[in-house]
Amino acid sequence: MINGLQIVNIHKSFGKISALAGITFDVLLGEIVAVLGPSGCGKSTLLAVVAGLEVPDRGEVLWDGKALTEVPTHRRGFGLMFQDFALFPHKNVFQNVAFGLQMVKMTEPEIKKQVGETLQLVGLPGFEKRDVNTLSGGEGQRVALARSLAPNPRLLMLDEPLGSLDRNLRERLVLDLKSILRMSDQTALYVTHDQEEAFAIADRVVVMNAGQVEQFDTPERIYRQPASIFVARFLGLTNLIQGNVRQHGDTRIVDTAVGEWPFDGDYSGEVTVLIRPDSVHLNADCKCQLLGIMSELSFRGGTCRIVINVNGVPFTFELPSYMDLPREGENIQLCFDPEETIQLFPKSD
Amino acid sequence: MAAGVDRDSFKVNPILFTSSYRRYALHALWLAPLVFLALFYFYPLGSILEISLSRTGGSQAAPFIQALTSERVRRVLGFTFFQASLSTALTLLVGLPGAYLLARYDFRGKSLLRALTGIAFVLPTLVVAAAFNAMLGPRGWVNVGLMELFDLSQPPIRFINTFGAILIAHVFYNTTIVLRMVGDYWSHIDPRMGQAAQVLGANWLHTLLRVILPLLMPIIITAALLVFIFNFTSFGVILVLGGPRFATLEVEIFYQTVSLFNLPLAATLSIFQLACTLILMVIYTQLSAKLTRPLSLQPRKYTQHKLTSWRGRLLAALLVIMLLGLLTAPLIALTARSFTRLDPEPGQRALLTSGLTLDFYKELTTNRHGSLFYVSPLTAIAVSTGYAAATVFLALALGLPSAWALARNSDSKFNRFIDPIIMLPLGTSAVTLGLGFIVAFNRPPLDLRASILLIPLAHTLVALPFVVRSLTPSLRSIRPRLRQAAQVMGASPIQVFRHIDLPMVGRALLVAATFAFTISLGEFGATALIARPEYPTIPIIIYRFISQPGALNYGQALALSTILMAATAAGMLAIERFRIADVGEF
Repeated sequence: MINGLQIVNIHKSFGKISALAGITFDVLLGEIVAVLGPSGCGKSTLLAVVAGLEVPDRGEVLWDGKALTEVPTHRRGFGLMFQDFALFPHKNVFQNVAFGLQMVKMTEPEIKKQVGETLQLVGLPGFEKRDVNTLSGGEGQRVALARSLAPNPRLLMLDEPLGSLDRNLRERLVLDLKSILRMSDQTALYVTHDQEEAFAIADRVVVMNAGQVEQFDTPERIYRQPASIFVARFLGLTNLIQGNVRQHGDTRIVDTAVGEWPFDGDYSGEVTVLIRPDSVHLNADCKCQLLGIMSELSFRGGTCRIVINVNGVPFTFELPSYMDLPREGENIQLCFDPEETIQLFPKSD
Repeated sequence: MAAGVDRDSFKVNPILFTSSYRRYALHALWLAPLVFLALFYFYPLGSILEISLSRTGGSQAAPFIQALTSERVRRVLGFTFFQASLSTALTLLVGLPGAYLLARYDFRGKSLLRALTGIAFVLPTLVVAAAFNAMLGPRGWVNVGLMELFDLSQPPIRFINTFGAILIAHVFYNTTIVLRMVGDYWSHIDPRMGQAAQVLGANWLHTLLRVILPLLMPIIITAALLVFIFNFTSFGVILVLGGPRFATLEVEIFYQTVSLFNLPLAATLSIFQLACTLILMVIYTQLSAKLTRPLSLQPRKYTQHKLTSWRGRLLAALLVIMLLGLLTAPLIALTARSFTRLDPEPGQRALLTSGLTLDFYKELTTNRHGSLFYVSPLTAIAVSTGYAAATVFLALALGLPSAWALARNSDSKFNRFIDPIIMLPLGTSAVTLGLGFIVAFNRPPLDLRASILLIPLAHTLVALPFVVRSLTPSLRSIRPRLRQAAQVMGASPIQVFRHIDLPMVGRALLVAATFAFTISLGEFGATALIARPEYPTIPIIIYRFISQPGALNYGQALALSTILMAATAAGMLAIERFRIADVGEF
């Protein structure tokens, strides 16, 4: 039995459209789990199922080992923060935040205290009397957060909470969010399509695609070892080429159109090879080499993103920008350590 | 965790959460309104039609044939369509520029303008007739002023009892429909579409014709349809302002019923009228259902700008003056005239004694001739108010569930069928309905002849469509997200209704109640037939005064009309204050 939320093999279809096709993962008490995936992969449906707003066709949602199937939404004790905040326009900030507390019949002084503390926590002290229709984007987000935090839900779900804010605000708030959640030791399920957001805030990440779980692990392990080509592509690791594994004496070699390198692993036959963009070096001495022609150079601040052409195949790499890089059209020589840089996947189209 | 809450004790009634229960519950919402319509609309209508048609003795088709071949009937039919079409065209002509002004520009006094133009719509026809009479009648301001100025012995302007009077009165009534429906919709259309057209080379006229007008066509047609329906079934205006020379279907039905007692013909004409309005209603409800999901709506602050250029300000001022002139001048004339005595001195043709007076108002409370039939206007006011209160209660009790069902499930076939049916009473001859009430409810178990409920029931029939159409958009506009948010935070379904739905439609409820109240106050057609002589309503007393000669009677009619106008104006201003987010057709 797991202390916390357990999602077991959830299936949900709307007519012919299958939104969730066998989702399984868990969220431990005090943990923040992010559900990461492109639009339309079923993330919001998943939240609706956990909240009880939708009934799954198959599978179960469990809390502390007990199934929640018979429990209606308003008895589950979860919190849900919507992307468009869904603040009640006919109530002011205090009344919005106090709503959940009124539903559990807290006394007036208790409510007042709790609302005050929660507003303090999200950084909006003194906002009680404000009209919610006059709040800015960032303020609205904080009120929505306060509203879902105030009743101390045993699980807080956030549906793309930073989606409607501009980039700068988003980057600032994601760290604020994380510290707020940590301070209250809140168990949270965080849904987003933004990989950086998910990695910044979560202890573990569920990568979803087309209603299925592609990988469920810590951000570091997902990034270091994506479980599938989809995950690799979603993370922006796009240097993927076809290869063939063959035996060469004691070792195995993977053979590609741009070179052949030794590797350690169980694969054989046809494979897809990923060359990671962030672990290559310029003009240094290492085991394997990649020779190409510089095609594009894009200065990104601390790093440079370059595209080089190797035998006609384009590859994208990231290099520190303090280096002296060849100009477009010139030859460039990169080298790498296959253990760090190469990853194999079963062949796919 | 909050004290005293044990979230692990889950007890749930599984029945309440099955979807088939919820579907039946939604359909059951229609039960009360449908029963009401069946009992108080279809049954009386059926009764009177049956009685009338069974009197032919001969074949059932005889009255129809007689009607169709009668020269008079053909003329009446033709005139009805003709005046309705012409009135509608004129209303569009006046209303569309005004809609443009209200839609695209923000200026001081805008909401006052809206409120004032709205008063015209809810005014009882008799008040409107009296108001125009006070302005343009033989003893009205304009004529008296001209006679005084130019030393004339006869009033120079003949307005009462002309076709022009009918047209102008119709425009007066219905312009506000175009202003509001088209204006509101227009104000939400993204101005960038027009801008894109301009960048691509379209001048002002082309943009209007090729981009804006096609976008507006659905709402213009819908508004025009509604205006046409009201003009088609017009009664009080034709009767009082048009006079004996003009007869629409409704007036002819009244005449055949009350004067000639030719019930078969009256019934036939009723059927004609009902068929026409039914078709129009169906088209109207289909069109307006499509409209509630219009294209990308922009909030007001992006689509409106202030008037800056001199030309713009001048044009706007002209338009505003014209609108105010048309829509409020008669009312002001009415009020002023009710306080003024403008009689020529006996024996002298042109000298008028003029002066402010409260005589007419005082006369209202005097029973000058000691008539047995005298009813103090104060009694009439009390009676009217009582009926109106009952109407509000009934109309809301029936309208709220109907609006709820319409809002939750706007696409279901059931709803698309029910929607025009609720609108039917608007297009049915009030006279026929009144007669139907008398005929149908004269024996047990429904012997309501003596019942005081009869009139509120009739009023509710007329008020119900307005109530439903005011409430439905408001209910529809509550985002389901808000209900979900409340649910997640622990609100049971009843708590969701109490905390989310009810407060958010509270204002719409107020608007609907005010509509029902003002409609009941001013209803004339059916009330004229059903009301008991000792409990008349205000419009009936006004009609009594206005159809008798004499300055004193005229004055009293004006005084009472002014009181009724003040009451409806107060109601309308209240509606303007309470309207939420300009959603809603009226």
